[in-house]
Amino acid sequence: MSYVTNLICRECGAEYKTQPLNVCEFCFGPLEIQYDFTKIKKDVSKKTISNGPNSMWRYSQFLPVDIENAIDIGTGFTPLIHAKNLGKQLGLDSLYIKNDSVNPTFSFKDRPVAITTTKALEFGFEVLACVSTGNLMGSVAAHGSKANLETYVFYPQDLELSKIYGAAVYGSKMIAIEGNYDDANRFCSELSDIYPWAFVNINMRPFYAEGSKTLGYEIAEQLGWKAPNHCVVPGASGELHTKVWKGIQEFIDCELIENVIPKMHLAQPEGCAPISSAFNSNSRQINPVKPSTIAKSLAIGNPASGPYSVDVLNQTHGSAEIASENSIIDSIKLLAETEGIFTETAGGVVISSLKELVKKGKIKKDETVVAFITGNGLKTLESMGEIKENTVSCMPNISSFDLVKSNFKI
Amino acid sequence: MSATVRIPTPLRKVTNGADRATVEGNSISEIIESLDNQFPGIKKRICEDSGELRSFVNVYVNGDDIRFSDGIHTSISSGDEISLVPAVAGG
Repeated sequence: MSYVTNLICRECGAEYKTQPLNVCEFCFGPLEIQYDFTKIKKDVSKKTISNGPNSMWRYSQFLPVDIENAIDIGTGFTPLIHAKNLGKQLGLDSLYIKNDSVNPTFSFKDRPVAITTTKALEFGFEVLACVSTGNLMGSVAAHGSKANLETYVFYPQDLELSKIYGAAVYGSKMIAIEGNYDDANRFCSELSDIYPWAFVNINMRPFYAEGSKTLGYEIAEQLGWKAPNHCVVPGASGELHTKVWKGIQEFIDCELIENVIPKMHLAQPEGCAPISSAFNSNSRQINPVKPSTIAKSLAIGNPASGPYSVDVLNQTHGSAEIASENSIIDSIKLLAETEGIFTETAGGVVISSLKELVKKGKIKKDETVVAFITGNGLKTLESMGEIKENTVSCMPNISSFDLVKSNFKI
Repeated sequence: MSATVRIPTPLRKVTNGADRATVEGNSISEIIESLDNQFPGIKKRICEDSGELRSFVNVYVNGDDIRFSDGIHTSISSGDEISLVPAVAGG
């Protein structure tokens, strides 16, 4: 059973019955799910959660679907790794990497999409659709296959090839939009008024957004039922940042963890940093930008949850970092060489921001830090450039090998 | 100038179900006034009391976000298509 009571507008508080609806008709504010937390608190304990499945569904009471109906391709409960090597380099004793790039479609998007797909079936939809910067569409396509739903995905035409293959392989209908993500998003909002489909990030958004809360629950449980001192979260629409915080808050409210408030830092790339820029100029109003960044999964110039992300930064005394474009690839390599984790460009933005936070003295040596790695490096190979410095060609004989080995500079 | 405004689903209760409207005006602010004359109450839904657009309302002229032009003072030519679109999250 689900503990959902209704939908509520985040801006004006108007209430709606639970339905596929994302916008308040009175003020255009986004709608959010409301739960019966008194009942959840009564029914849920550390023990009931620990006895649950090793997936995101161990937190099903906090999610807006019935677990019996769950479309489960194995999402969640991903590793939280004590990053001792990277920590040593940066001067941190308790640095952890939440490696969400090992989900079924190699990004955190499987969390919100698992919820949305399950809910789309509950509502009786026959088509699942999305607008995507790449990670979301792979996840929608995969979950659609598992749920026997037809899928349509819309994406900006300049996307990385591996993200396109990563959705096309599931038989999804692929529509490359001649424009950027924000153009595609505007177009699909209009399309959703005409086609009776479950658009995961439009009419299904209140349900979709809840999936990312599980990242907050997981890190708290994996740290031994406590919140870290710092979280470093990548920012695109701002939704992930706000929902990781919401997850931690709900665990505090249900007395599953102590009331310790982590500083929720936001990481955006130089070529698309509208939320960080707004926060850093003490504004809640987001001025949209035309993205120009190699971190394409973060290339949302008109971030819908931007104002809420700014609120989280203010409430938790977090910092909003802007990673230089030049630092992204070096940071990807740093994480790979120290921890054996190959992340996509968004992860490079996170690690670059983490380095800056340490350099500025905003994170202390003995504090606990979780850096969120949300996508796999094989998705953004084009951005890596040629790998020359540690690659040689060699004849298959010993003398040839001895010669090339002596030429290695590293 | 006469332009077309696409009405999104959340506002159609105010427009008696109409999904588009033909309106007169030389700028977005004039268009909104004209729309409010046709469908009283619609301005209150999309604008703050100060007259500024609400933060979750995006307005596009022929697909271009007016925040990259002159905001509500963006000028309108005859035949332009204006879209009112609620902000949506993504990724």
